[in-house]
Amino acid sequence: MEPQFKPGDRVRIRVDYPARHFRTPGYIQGKTGSVTTVHGAFRNPESLAYGGDGLPKQFLYLVCFEQTHVWGAYSALSDRLYIDIYEPWLEPA
Amino acid sequence: MRHVHDRGGWPDAGPIERAEHDYAMWEKRTDAMLRILTRDQHIIRVDELRRAIESISPKDYETMSYYERWITAIEALIIEKGLLSREDIDRRVETIAATRHV
Repeated sequence: MEPQFKPGDRVRIRVDYPARHFRTPGYIQGKTGSVTTVHGAFRNPESLAYGGDGLPKQFLYLVCFEQTHVWGAYSALSDRLYIDIYEPWLEPA
Repeated sequence: MRHVHDRGGWPDAGPIERAEHDYAMWEKRTDAMLRILTRDQHIIRVDELRRAIESISPKDYETMSYYERWITAIEALIIEKGLLSREDIDRRVETIAATRHV
């Protein structure tokens, strides 16, 4: 199993609010950032949360965003937000 | 639609309460209970706890304290897993209430 993205890739976070447990906060959905690190593959918490085995594992990425992009009225221009996101939530941007 | 626990950037979330406070004995016991159920016995996963906390109705979620959400979620998971029934828990609470003179 190979990760779909590599450091430097531009990615967009999918917009989705399924009626179940998920790990991608609303404020980052629809935003575009760049992959900083591929952490590796881990058991899927969205399955573990219901007593599942969490398999297949999913790749987890550290993704970087400009704070001015995430929050409309953000004034510190060089601030960045780093957040861990699982691969199924990412799409190429 | 955003779920009730998903607070980042929530317009009306208000300032964060930063004051430290002493924990009540029941809060410490709730913390201890979760540690036993997760780390020692592997009965509950933290992912399941999160899911159960998020499943509390938005109205109740807003009025509950941190550990009230924990104990509500722990109770729901223990019942879901068949470890205890709602009746078992209610009966025990009645027994305790009857022997205490508060």
